[in-house]
Amino acid sequence: MATVELTLKSLEGPVDPDWCPGCGDFGVLKSLKEAIVELGIPPHEVLVVSGIGCSSNLPGFIHAYGVHSLHGRALPVATGAALANHALHVVAVGGDGDGYGIGMAHFIHAMRRNLNLTYIVMDNEIYGLTTGQASPTTTEGHKTKSTPRGNVEKPVQPLALALASGATYVARGFSGEPKHLTRLVAGAIAHKGFSLVDVFSPCVTFNKVNTYPWFKERVYKLEDGPYDPADLMAAMEKSLEFEPRIPIGLLYRKEKPTYEDTEPVLEKGPLVDQPLGLGREVFGELLAETM
Amino acid sequence: MATEITIGIAGAAGDGLDRTGDTLARTAARLGLHLYTYNSYQSLIRGGHTWLRLRLSEEKVDNHGDHLNVLVALNQDGIERHAREVEPGGAIVYNGSRFKCDPALVPDGVTLVPLPVPELTAGLGKIQPVMQNTAALGALLHLVGFDLDVTADILHETFKKKGQEVIDQNVGVLRAGHRHTAAKFPALGYRWQFSRKRRPVVTGNLMVALGAVAGGCKFYSAYPMSPASFILHWLAAHSEKVGVLVKQAEDELAVVNLAIGAGHAGARAMCATSGGGFALMSEAIGMAGMIETPVVIVNVQRGGPSTGLPTKTEQGDLNQALGASQGDYPRVIIAPKDAADCFHTAVEAFNLAETFQLPVIIISDLLLGEHRSTVDPEAVSSQVPIERGEWVDALSPDDAQNGGYKRYALTPSGISPRARPGREGLIYVSGTDDHDEHGILISDEHTNPAIRRKMHEKRMRKMEGVRARLQPAVLEGRADAEVTLIGWGSTWSVIHEAAEQLDRAGLATNQLHFKYMHPFHGDAARAILQRCKRTIVVENNFTGQFARHLRAESGFTVDHVLTRYDGEPFEPAWIAERVRGLVAGRPVDLEVQEHEAREMAYHHVRIHMQDRARPARLRRVPGPAYGEPVWAVELVNRADGRPEGMLVIGASTGAGYGWHPAAPSLLGETSSAIFESSVGLPAGADGNGVPAKRVH
Repeated sequence: MATVELTLKSLEGPVDPDWCPGCGDFGVLKSLKEAIVELGIPPHEVLVVSGIGCSSNLPGFIHAYGVHSLHGRALPVATGAALANHALHVVAVGGDGDGYGIGMAHFIHAMRRNLNLTYIVMDNEIYGLTTGQASPTTTEGHKTKSTPRGNVEKPVQPLALALASGATYVARGFSGEPKHLTRLVAGAIAHKGFSLVDVFSPCVTFNKVNTYPWFKERVYKLEDGPYDPADLMAAMEKSLEFEPRIPIGLLYRKEKPTYEDTEPVLEKGPLVDQPLGLGREVFGELLAETM
Repeated sequence: MATEITIGIAGAAGDGLDRTGDTLARTAARLGLHLYTYNSYQSLIRGGHTWLRLRLSEEKVDNHGDHLNVLVALNQDGIERHAREVEPGGAIVYNGSRFKCDPALVPDGVTLVPLPVPELTAGLGKIQPVMQNTAALGALLHLVGFDLDVTADILHETFKKKGQEVIDQNVGVLRAGHRHTAAKFPALGYRWQFSRKRRPVVTGNLMVALGAVAGGCKFYSAYPMSPASFILHWLAAHSEKVGVLVKQAEDELAVVNLAIGAGHAGARAMCATSGGGFALMSEAIGMAGMIETPVVIVNVQRGGPSTGLPTKTEQGDLNQALGASQGDYPRVIIAPKDAADCFHTAVEAFNLAETFQLPVIIISDLLLGEHRSTVDPEAVSSQVPIERGEWVDALSPDDAQNGGYKRYALTPSGISPRARPGREGLIYVSGTDDHDEHGILISDEHTNPAIRRKMHEKRMRKMEGVRARLQPAVLEGRADAEVTLIGWGSTWSVIHEAAEQLDRAGLATNQLHFKYMHPFHGDAARAILQRCKRTIVVENNFTGQFARHLRAESGFTVDHVLTRYDGEPFEPAWIAERVRGLVAGRPVDLEVQEHEAREMAYHHVRIHMQDRARPARLRRVPGPAYGEPVWAVELVNRADGRPEGMLVIGASTGAGYGWHPAAPSLLGETSSAIFESSVGLPAGADGNGVPAKRVH
């Protein structure tokens, strides 16, 4: 069949997003599509893997291969797929509850491996699909359905965790800054290694604290000032900055061999293209080891 | 009758018992003998009691049997615990310069072979304590009539990397042990026909791993968990050679999802764990069923519940495998019967997983996974069928006209041809929410009961296709038997041997063994069982999980369920004895047996007495003060044999009723009786005829 021209339109999924009007996730979806167009990646070479949550519905809304997996398990499913076929561009997506709550262990360990995959977290500081409970990134004092007297737990610091865990591309975007976000996402997909883009993606229905205006007042772009994303300690400092201003942009980037680069079995190409089974000779040698 | 021998090696973890057992096993295998070894080790790096039994035979053996012919004791504890089990005509080999063997422990007709290890190793350089094992091995080779040079060759190979000096030392000690024993003791009189046919010595875990890679496994993920870890170790060590990517992950949640991700991308993927890890995997196994991703999950069962018995065997996870994950979804559960079957089961698992696009669970167990046995090299092969199922490589004109590729096309077989992510024109999304033929969700606000019904039926329809491919269980042995022994998975051989023992002794017995747990040939099973006279399920768990499954699937209720759940595997005579009892109308005796009371006493000695004592005499006596009969266990000092006191153990409940230190004057038979009366036991009572046995 004739290859369809790669446009935002051609990347539309079979169904329209079921997000609430005004949801920050629309901006993330658009940025992801723009980044794919900008990078010229054929959509069939993209695999978008999500967990469960409002934002995890995203794979259905984009014309690319996708797995809408279990709550918290986007990263291991994405990792398995990326290792099985490293010719694919694997993008994991999900929310803060999915990635930083139930999936937290996978988040840390996936970054330690420096796999060549991109993880976009639509961080709205609330559980939206379950109608408004405190999430791992809910700010202190925030009254939610599950914290009626105000949240007493410190929010997770995903960027600091990413830096400490070995992610080699760490960025933060904001749905209210779509062009800026597209640059970050395109940079993440183009990056060889584990890239994290944590996106402030306001929930207009269940989070009445961290709203568009709330973020607008606070965010500033790192690239507007003197800032070197090669400096890990500077990045660490920026990753913890939240009040009164919040930096967005590329905090850190480092070129480093990926997991796929160092796995000898992948030297012969993607696993899915390698021959199956054992030859008589190898089989005989394996048996001989036991005699 | 084939000549056979069972050799037990007893010691503590860290005594080098594994290496010694391995060398002996390889020697026997190179001589052309069959072997089966069972290691009842504990979850300790050093210390504890480890007991390795090797059954060596001219014929195929697949369980450790009922006998003990030669004991090799690597420590004092090993002598004390096992000396009394050695059968007449046998021998006990130990380091005489370090350990003593109380003649009272030794049955008549058993030869004591104490080895003067320092004398034997003089002039061979600095000797490590584990060298006593090599000396014992040399002695053993003479006693049982094995070829010294074969073992010497194996030591050469084993220590090749450590240099000539180490080789010379080991072979020197081996020869010294042999020479010394040959000069002082006659051989035990075994007449072997050594075929010298070389056979692999394998474990079930190795066979699963080898079968998997022969069958095209490309991706393996795991989290360390006994007793499945060997599969990880072997595949990791051979990863490049066999072309499988091995990934250790942070937990079993990651493990199974990694495998599913790889399977979804088109690689044959497997993971293995034990019951606890399998529990964590449950949700994702249901996901594999829902998104129709092939994946193979191995559960090498160990004693449960919870962390349970990490180093002991059990068949306790059948319910879990059948009940894993929420909802109904297609899955296959296979329980291989022996090591060679593990190989073929792994091959079959991948073919079923890919043909029917579903999770396949292999249920093995510690016994099958870790025991070593010989397999005939002809029993396994690299030339195995690899069936990858139906695939789509390009968009059909029909689909092009109808909204694109239908990943979940509704078909008569339930199988929807797969497309590999990365293929042009076939883009789809797999969702764990229920979905339509294209994969578009029908959950939430777009719920569609009609599509849900047909999609659910499509998925479940695949089970009929699977069932048609699986062989129903068949009756083995005589058709006119009085007793039919029924089992599943790893117990095939031990039940087989029990049936033979019973049959030979005049109780006509046959066997019905099940490998395919799900889908299950319930009608075929019922047709067979209805013609059987007395049916007994034999399984390694408390509740009789398989008997219940059999009833659910076939509508047939067996006459008896014979269970074992103490962490130990069955032995043929153990089964045969209880089957005879059941046939005679005697329920299984659940009272604390003498050897069990002794094991309980050992536990007390280890925890509360720093191992300074050992149980000597045990008597089962009435215990009016305790409301049940009791075992009165006399403990004596290990060093000088003086009485340390008496331990009172409930013969029904197993309760520890207390420890009564001995007064220094309490020595001998009479004083012991006086002492018993002083702790509330009738003086001089013996246990004969004490009623109140708790029964099953």
